[in-house]
Amino acid sequence: MSRTRTTWRTSRTAGLAALAATGALILAGCSGSDAKDETSTSGGGTDRGPITFAVGKDTSGALQKQVDAWNAAHPSEKVTLNELPAAADAQLQQLQQNGQVKSSAFSVLGLDVTWTAAFAANRWIDPIPASTSTSGLLPAAVESAKYRGTLYSVPWQTNGGLLFYRSDLLTAAGIKTPPTTWREMQADCAKIKAQPQAKKASCYAGQFDKYEGLVVNFSEAVQSSGGHVFDANGKPTVDTPQAKTALTWMADAFKDGTIPHEDLTYQEENGRQAFQSGKVIFMRNWPYVWDLANKTDGSSKVTGKFDVAPLPGLDSTGSSTLGGYNLAVSSFTKHKTTARDFITYLTSDRSERANLLAASTAPTRTALYQDPALQKKFPYLAGLKKSLDTAVARPQAVRYGDVSAAIQDAVYPALSGRTDPATALASLQDKLTQLTSQP
Amino acid sequence: MTTHATDRPSRRASAKGPGAAAVLRYFGVAVIVVYCLAPFFWMVVSAFRRPSDQFQLSALPRPWSTANFRAVFKPEVGFGRALLNSLVVAGITTVVTLVIGTVAAYALARLEFRFKNLVAAVIIAISMFPPISIVVPLLKLFTDIKWINTYQAMIVPSLSFALPLAVWYLTSFFRQLPAELEQAAMIDGCTRGQAFRKVILPLAAPGVFTTAIITFIAAWNDFIIALSMVNKKDMQTATVAISRFTGAYGFDQPYGTQMAAGVVVTVPLVLAVLAFQRRIVSGLTAGGLK
Amino acid sequence: MNGRAGRVPSPRVRPVVSSRLIARKTEPFMTTSAPAAAPPHAKPAPKSRIRRAHRGEGRLAALLLSPTLLVLALVIGYPLVSALRGSLYQRGEGLDANGFVISGEHFVGLRNYTDAFTGANGSRFWNAFGNTTFFTITTVVLETVIGLAMALIMHHALRGRALLRASILVPWAVPTAVSGLLWRWVFDANGIANNLLGQQILWSADGWPAKWAVVIADTWKTAPFIGLLTLAGLQLIPAELHEAARVDGANAWIRFRKITLPLIKPALLVAVLFRLLDVLRMFDLPYLLVGNQKYSVQTLSVLAFNEANNLHYGPAAAYATLLFLYVVIVAYAFVKILGADLLAGARTRTPARRRRSATRPLAGRGTPA
Repeated sequence: MSRTRTTWRTSRTAGLAALAATGALILAGCSGSDAKDETSTSGGGTDRGPITFAVGKDTSGALQKQVDAWNAAHPSEKVTLNELPAAADAQLQQLQQNGQVKSSAFSVLGLDVTWTAAFAANRWIDPIPASTSTSGLLPAAVESAKYRGTLYSVPWQTNGGLLFYRSDLLTAAGIKTPPTTWREMQADCAKIKAQPQAKKASCYAGQFDKYEGLVVNFSEAVQSSGGHVFDANGKPTVDTPQAKTALTWMADAFKDGTIPHEDLTYQEENGRQAFQSGKVIFMRNWPYVWDLANKTDGSSKVTGKFDVAPLPGLDSTGSSTLGGYNLAVSSFTKHKTTARDFITYLTSDRSERANLLAASTAPTRTALYQDPALQKKFPYLAGLKKSLDTAVARPQAVRYGDVSAAIQDAVYPALSGRTDPATALASLQDKLTQLTSQP
Repeated sequence: MTTHATDRPSRRASAKGPGAAAVLRYFGVAVIVVYCLAPFFWMVVSAFRRPSDQFQLSALPRPWSTANFRAVFKPEVGFGRALLNSLVVAGITTVVTLVIGTVAAYALARLEFRFKNLVAAVIIAISMFPPISIVVPLLKLFTDIKWINTYQAMIVPSLSFALPLAVWYLTSFFRQLPAELEQAAMIDGCTRGQAFRKVILPLAAPGVFTTAIITFIAAWNDFIIALSMVNKKDMQTATVAISRFTGAYGFDQPYGTQMAAGVVVTVPLVLAVLAFQRRIVSGLTAGGLK
Repeated sequence: MNGRAGRVPSPRVRPVVSSRLIARKTEPFMTTSAPAAAPPHAKPAPKSRIRRAHRGEGRLAALLLSPTLLVLALVIGYPLVSALRGSLYQRGEGLDANGFVISGEHFVGLRNYTDAFTGANGSRFWNAFGNTTFFTITTVVLETVIGLAMALIMHHALRGRALLRASILVPWAVPTAVSGLLWRWVFDANGIANNLLGQQILWSADGWPAKWAVVIADTWKTAPFIGLLTLAGLQLIPAELHEAARVDGANAWIRFRKITLPLIKPALLVAVLFRLLDVLRMFDLPYLLVGNQKYSVQTLSVLAFNEANNLHYGPAAAYATLLFLYVVIVAYAFVKILGADLLAGARTRTPARRRRSATRPLAGRGTPA
């Protein structure tokens, strides 16, 4: 801008000056980025050098600490953390773009458990060398890291849904044990809300915004009423009585106010905030909330006043969807050996333990669940392990993005009462069949 | 001189009667000012709250805090770099546009040639082109020629809207200059090129400058091109960087930091706009639009 | 009070628009109906010299225009052709024996288009088309009405013109992406909008509130802009016209309808046309304010972006091409029906041509002699 201004003052050479300026700027601009690429390849023929790690938001800062520790030990193979947005869909968008444009921007990818197939089939990620051992890792998580029998990623964090509940309010209402079924939960809510201090609270919150979290919550509801979104052979089974029961329950819960209307915009964080500020009695969320809602710095109003239980279901305890992240090496990165080493480092027993301690993220190493010291600090570990052992993986579809969008498209309008659950599920069944059948 | 003409209506209107009409007028002014500034005000206020007060709804932050701004400029966020990228992309786009566009605009404004109206119509028509229509094919092209994550991958598509825009404004600026001037210069022995350089360009400098500001702002505000062509963090422009903010403090929703970054991106523009408001307004109205 | 208010504003309070600069530009609009408004120095220049130099001008013009045309051919022409071609292909979605996606594209003819109109993508395409049209109509109508009102207020404002001019440029200067985030924050479930309204409206949920959120955000940003352009037209209306009408007994409304509106119509039409074309390609606001998955705000641009992002290049190219056609049709119809004079600034200025120009549309105009 200032350049243009000078041009105007020094009238005579205006054109030339501007021309020269353009040239200089273009050279500077373009050579700037070229030079950068050269320096990154200047490591020569080796496969080692600086890399980037693209993964959803580092909520606790624990990851940054681990990256810092790695960087201190590997000064010539520094890792840059590239945080992606908290919402899974936004993460997928950026990771997909990376593969689509064959970008070298991301080296190690933090893939949601449902994405390995899509990335592997499109050749966006390299297979993990056969020498990598998967023993000691949760079997369900390892399954999610494979595509057609080949390991394409390494399970790093796992996740299972838990029911967070306000133990103080339950006790005050004379309820001894947390609910195991939806009906019990609603009955408990009625008792609790009869008390003055909880009159304004809402009963239940989940992740019902139109995004990936909705797929998770819907799948869990279907499983918890005895159904499945996909059967063992990967065929969709949403046009079933169980799925209908589940979706009807969800829609009715919105209608009768069990779930607050604004939950239609809730992702994990909105729910956590509502819970922490005391607005919600029961909440479905991931284990990470444990640590944050127990903070004593005043950010949480429910510190020490809540506990966790397995998700409730239709007739008995419900079942969770398997969540979490697997780490993979991008096909388009330059320093693949460093990337693989870094994955080994992050998935080590030590790093996972540190992550659990700092951020209460569930590890993929089974040994950690049996550790007495950890069990003491995280009383829910045993329960979580149980829930993970029965957790059901979401489908591994090559076109997962389309599958997820189709489920969101069908479920979301049903929740807000704009479509009837049965119709929504019938058309969802068609859509999913078409998306998962081989063309 | 011409100011009188424009002032007259208001004088007449007000001469009719003070009282209700005047009150109504002030009220109207107040409504416009509030309408334009209130959302902007809210952005500034939200930016100055403490992250933990994010949902506070008081008119002014209590207490004031620069935590969001500090978070925006934390080195690992890389926002400084994003600002620089925006500056480079918008700057180069503007300069290239002006250099190429000025001569084209001169030709359209001053020369007689066949198909002139057709050329003018084509250039104007192109400024209506939806960016998404060029982003999809260019994305594939740039992937093949390995332009992803480079400045040129953002600059070249930006020319598609910046250049027609600039030609459009510059043409109307050149038209405003009396042709006699340059004819006189040519009688004095100047060639057309010299006349252009020595007479027209200096006179049109304010117009060129205005065009530069408007083009720069248009390029600075681009979102879809930068969003599509770049995924490397240190190549992102400011608008994309803001939209990808993950929040600085643990699980906070990044509204506070986004608003702070929004203020950082917008305030220089607002200041520039205020400093050159007369010029910009005349430019916008002279060029027709946007 | 009366005396002060009636006084000619002191030189410090300048008019909002430098009328000298806009006079020439708007002048072609004015000549048909208000010849008096043409500034004295607008008379056509002596043409003898231009004639003499004419012979070489074609070549010079070609030389001067070639860089611009070359660049535009590259950044517009190539992608346009490439998108047209791409819209006839589909990326393979089949898997080979090892489970890899078979790379490459295959020719599918018009299937991407038929899919969009009646086939598998029909509901999504028509939804996006409907949204695009809805946003275009509502925002342009709102912006025109509000912008016109603003222009009238500004025109009659005695004080605070500097403040007005400054504040009216602020929404324009805020990047659309930033304004998208700003309004997302305003319309948060616990945000200020709900607080002021005392309601729990879920603006970012999929539904009508989301649509209105986008409309409000867009109107905020661009209505002042229309106001600005209209004001320029307003300031060129000679006060004598109003005065004469008043003497004839016309009330304010009649004067507005019979004098103001017809005289600012050309300026307003151009402003509206440009807004129309701008809203038709809307992307940033719905994408950032509500989210790209929400059907109720998905515009054609957002839909095409999503499809490209999900590797459906063929349908994406088809949507982009259809959007382009839509823009062209709207522009053409608008110019044809309402006679917005788009080329006023760029056209050769001969007196005869000027006289016809205000009513002649963009198309069907011959080359100058």
